[in-house]
Amino acid sequence: MPTPIPPPAINGADTAWMMAATALVLLMTPALAFFYGGLVRSKNALNTMMMSFAALAAVGLAWALAGYSLAFGDGGPLLGGVGHLLLRGVGLEAHGTLPHLLFMAYQGTFAIITAALISGAVVERMRFGPYVAFITLWSLAVYAPVCHWVWGGGWLGTLGAIDFAGGTVVHVNAGAAALVAAAVLGPRRDYGRQALLPHNVPFVLLGGALLWFGWFGFNAGSALAANATAGLAFTNTLLAPIATLAVWMALDRLRTRKTTAVGAATGIVVGLVAITPAAGYVGPMAALVLGAIAAFPSYYAILWRSRTRLDDSLDVTAAHGVGGLVGALLTGVLASAVWGGKDGLLAGNPGQLARQAAAVAATLLYSGTASFALLKLIGAFVPLRAERRQESLGLDVPQHGEEAYTSGEGAILVLPEPVTPAASPVPAAVAGAIGGAGGVAGGGVSRARAAGSRA
Amino acid sequence: MKLIVAVVRPEKLSEVLEALFKAEVRGLTISRAQGHGGETEQVETYRGSTVKMELVDKVRLDIGVSDPFVEITVEAILRSARTGEVGDGKIFVLPVERAIRIRTGEEDLAAVTPAQ
Repeated sequence: MPTPIPPPAINGADTAWMMAATALVLLMTPALAFFYGGLVRSKNALNTMMMSFAALAAVGLAWALAGYSLAFGDGGPLLGGVGHLLLRGVGLEAHGTLPHLLFMAYQGTFAIITAALISGAVVERMRFGPYVAFITLWSLAVYAPVCHWVWGGGWLGTLGAIDFAGGTVVHVNAGAAALVAAAVLGPRRDYGRQALLPHNVPFVLLGGALLWFGWFGFNAGSALAANATAGLAFTNTLLAPIATLAVWMALDRLRTRKTTAVGAATGIVVGLVAITPAAGYVGPMAALVLGAIAAFPSYYAILWRSRTRLDDSLDVTAAHGVGGLVGALLTGVLASAVWGGKDGLLAGNPGQLARQAAAVAATLLYSGTASFALLKLIGAFVPLRAERRQESLGLDVPQHGEEAYTSGEGAILVLPEPVTPAASPVPAAVAGAIGGAGGVAGGGVSRARAAGSRA
Repeated sequence: MKLIVAVVRPEKLSEVLEALFKAEVRGLTISRAQGHGGETEQVETYRGSTVKMELVDKVRLDIGVSDPFVEITVEAILRSARTGEVGDGKIFVLPVERAIRIRTGEEDLAAVTPAQ
């Protein structure tokens, strides 16, 4: 996403499209909540979904306060500056052809989804507080610098690595962090001993569909304008996942003679990930080829991973890390200046592939190392993992005090403390009376009745 | 010939089944149940409503066994279902008047002996 020079005035069409695109990318985080939430067991459904929703709050806040400045403020090759801390100097002035604060908001939705992606590696066992602390610090210490390297005027952009919408910045980055987080946390207690089945496959499909929808804003919005490049990225965001989905379904069918729904949703996401870095740089036929090729490494990475002791529970590394890596490298192969970007290997520019590989390697190395350090830092103060008992009970009730699916049977309303002091026998009787009349029991008497009636 | 009724924690079910199969107890029925065995209530909050969950999800196993298998079955469940916390559940051993295998019409001991 290069900043056009010289900066023209704010353009109405560009601004309109980018507001829509920002909303689309924001939708991807709740979509991810459904995708991940459906894949876990029902006793962890809320915890898993809240891991994505919490990123909206924690990472969004960190982005506005400091992340944006560290990523896009004027600085050196490694990190942006502090000039935009607390959104100072982020106002109505033009940034490219957009109001500066809209650009900030759009980029903020990227920071949020990237951090939320990591949660898939640590579900069903990580405590909620340390998780929120981790993704917040991660968005400042890992996402912001890597974003600066590629898009904010940092060294990878200067080197000439291209990443249209975040194959490296978002997906390789999150994938590397996920790999490290899964290793640091260790596997779930039941991992490899019991079948850990998705509790709601329709949620997974719903999440996959909403991710695809939001991804049009992610990729086509990365043109930062309502122009032909945006149209190209939009079209490629349609075509590449189509090819990935087709290949994925075929691979499923060849391997097990069945085309699975969880596989289909996964295939869509992998295709979206893979086209992300290439979206505005390759033609539509190249996008189909890229999408088709990208299915293979991720498909087999998922099969292989599940036979190891690495409990990257929802395969963030295989889908986003491997998918992003393949996409970033194929961008260096398939990119063509005819479509408005740079030439890749096939257009006679092998150097581009090397620059893409350098960007991937640098991101893997930095994100992996820094994520490890952050987890160890937080782990030095508080335990990262839920207690054994909480893990077997499921994290929804112990961590959030709620259940995803409750019949309400046996739920007894706790009435607020009576306002009048020193009159305990009376309120107890009142509570009992209310319980009897309204079908909602309270106090010791009705509790005994509730239990007795079901004995 | 006895009917063993056991109420256990749902999160322990896999271990219980594994223990039973290792003990060669093959025929059983399970059902999802809710109950209360004196464990501390879990408190949940939904917006302004705070609720105590007085009934906790449990799994009930019904196992018909011949007399020599009673102790084996009870032992297997005891070993596998225990966490040491209140709420681990109960095992009841009941006398059985008659048992009939529907497929063959076999009765009593033959009916609770695993099919070959």
